[in-house]
Amino acid sequence: MSTTAPDAPVTPVSEVALHAALASGTRPPRPSTVSVVLTFGWRGMLKIRHVPEQLLDVTITPVLFLLMFTYLFGGAVEGSTSDYLQFLLPGMLVQSVLFTAVYSGVTLNTDMTKGVVDRFRSLPVWRPAPLVGAVLGDAVRYALAATVVVVLGLVMGFDAGGGAGGLLAGIALVVVFAFALSWVFTTLGLVMRTQSAVMNAGFMALFPLIFLSNIFVRPETLPRGLEAFVDLNPISHLTTAVRGVMAGAAESGDVGLVLLEAAVLVAVFAPLTARLYGAKG
Amino acid sequence: MTATLAIEAEGLRKDFGDTRAVDGVDLRVARGAVYGVLGPNGAGKTTTIRMLATLLRPDGGSARVLGHDVVRDADAVRERISLTGQLASVDEDLSGPENLVLLARLLGYSRPRSAARAEQLLDAFGLAEAGGRLVKHYSGGMRRRLDIAASIVVTPELMFLDEPTTGLDPRSRNQVWDIVRALVGQGTTVLLCTQYLDEADQLAGRIAVIDQGKVIAEGTPSQLKASVGSGSLQVRLLDEDQRPAAQRLLAERLDAPVQLEGDPAALSVNVADAERATDALAELAREGIGVAGFSLGQPSLDEVFLALTGHATTREEVPA
Repeated sequence: MSTTAPDAPVTPVSEVALHAALASGTRPPRPSTVSVVLTFGWRGMLKIRHVPEQLLDVTITPVLFLLMFTYLFGGAVEGSTSDYLQFLLPGMLVQSVLFTAVYSGVTLNTDMTKGVVDRFRSLPVWRPAPLVGAVLGDAVRYALAATVVVVLGLVMGFDAGGGAGGLLAGIALVVVFAFALSWVFTTLGLVMRTQSAVMNAGFMALFPLIFLSNIFVRPETLPRGLEAFVDLNPISHLTTAVRGVMAGAAESGDVGLVLLEAAVLVAVFAPLTARLYGAKG
Repeated sequence: MTATLAIEAEGLRKDFGDTRAVDGVDLRVARGAVYGVLGPNGAGKTTTIRMLATLLRPDGGSARVLGHDVVRDADAVRERISLTGQLASVDEDLSGPENLVLLARLLGYSRPRSAARAEQLLDAFGLAEAGGRLVKHYSGGMRRRLDIAASIVVTPELMFLDEPTTGLDPRSRNQVWDIVRALVGQGTTVLLCTQYLDEADQLAGRIAVIDQGKVIAEGTPSQLKASVGSGSLQVRLLDEDQRPAAQRLLAERLDAPVQLEGDPAALSVNVADAERATDALAELAREGIGVAGFSLGQPSLDEVFLALTGHATTREEVPA
């Protein structure tokens, strides 16, 4: 368009329109905090709409992992690929969604280098609202990644004993835990200097926790020390709970433990993120 | 209640590690005009603005903005101000309309009113034709205009403008100046940080000069110029033989040494005020000394600035 060309005439600022715009800028009543948080969530959605490519790793990676692990290791680990899929799918769901949570930290880190954060912080709104809105917006990505895994799993022959309700409950559980975990990464996002540092630190922390869990293999087959670690790993707890829910045989203790762990993560890292965000200057 | 000042800061201080970025800034800014904060890069202008706009907590001193304390009553301050930061304070990954709708929603406009307000502002700022283009593809001038538009989604009582024309071409710069004048015309107070002297001169009714975290001078642009003293009176005579007489007379009338220029018919002398200079010129005519031409140069704010900061720099050397 003509306005970007250096020699094009600059669109004149109309004085009349300017005065009219200034005169009609009366302050409306203050919006509710919920509405402000949702507006920030909408901002996250807009960014996905403008750069849909960023959803590629959320959708393609889980597909690749699920196909590779099922058909490569299924026979070796469980004797048949269909049996292994039955064991693996809930864990794949956990893995795919948790990896996505790292991006919450990366996005926040990028945001902090931009001047727009100053504007948000100078608005008369609840200070952590941009954070909460962004993290809620990320939950949409989690749901998307989860749906991709589950649908592909069903196509490959996953037998959901818990029916549609079980599948939805499993997805919900993973999304809730990922929401809680994303506060760890937003904290990282504010502490680390660059987005690649956030990405590296996030994946470095997540990789061992995901592989040293009960996602891929049964812990009984592991050396005693490793088995003890796997049993303590919250990601194992989440996987166990999701397996239970999807099979229609959920133990309320398993689900309760996951929700408790999620609550602890939020209680520790959400205020920490908010504090770092508020102090950043 | 008597009208409160727009800004009232006392002994404002901010340290970053061992560096004292702002070292006891006092400011009194009346409502309804542009107040310029002038200083070189790293003088502490931005840090001062960030404290006044409640983005940074002062380490010492206090500040009231429109009657509200920036620390204890930060929320009340935020309801009355808007900020256009040094980095463009708009979201580059969104379009112009989306940026304005986002802010309108955050400020409490309903969805339809947000859209209408965004459209009105885009029209007023000549940005309507950019349409849904993302802000990262805007030119510098467009980005700045959007930035200011975003600051007046709700017309603020006080607007902070941090170096609004840095990096803009002269045409875009003039546009921004027009917008600032229109804002002030509508009753908004503007605190303008700038390192450009002509910008402060053009827009600001009063100016504080900041250097090394301190206000080193304050006043109207003409007061600041006058405080450094004088302009220079240049005279060129019709007859170069009369130069010694003219030199004697000017020195006597103006109480200042008169320089003889390379041109044998020209002289120059520093004068404290223009009136005495015209008197002296009239005296030359009465004495029969013909003047071919003369000029009276006002000191530029540039000279003021250099004189002030140069002075301050040497004085500041001692404390660490």
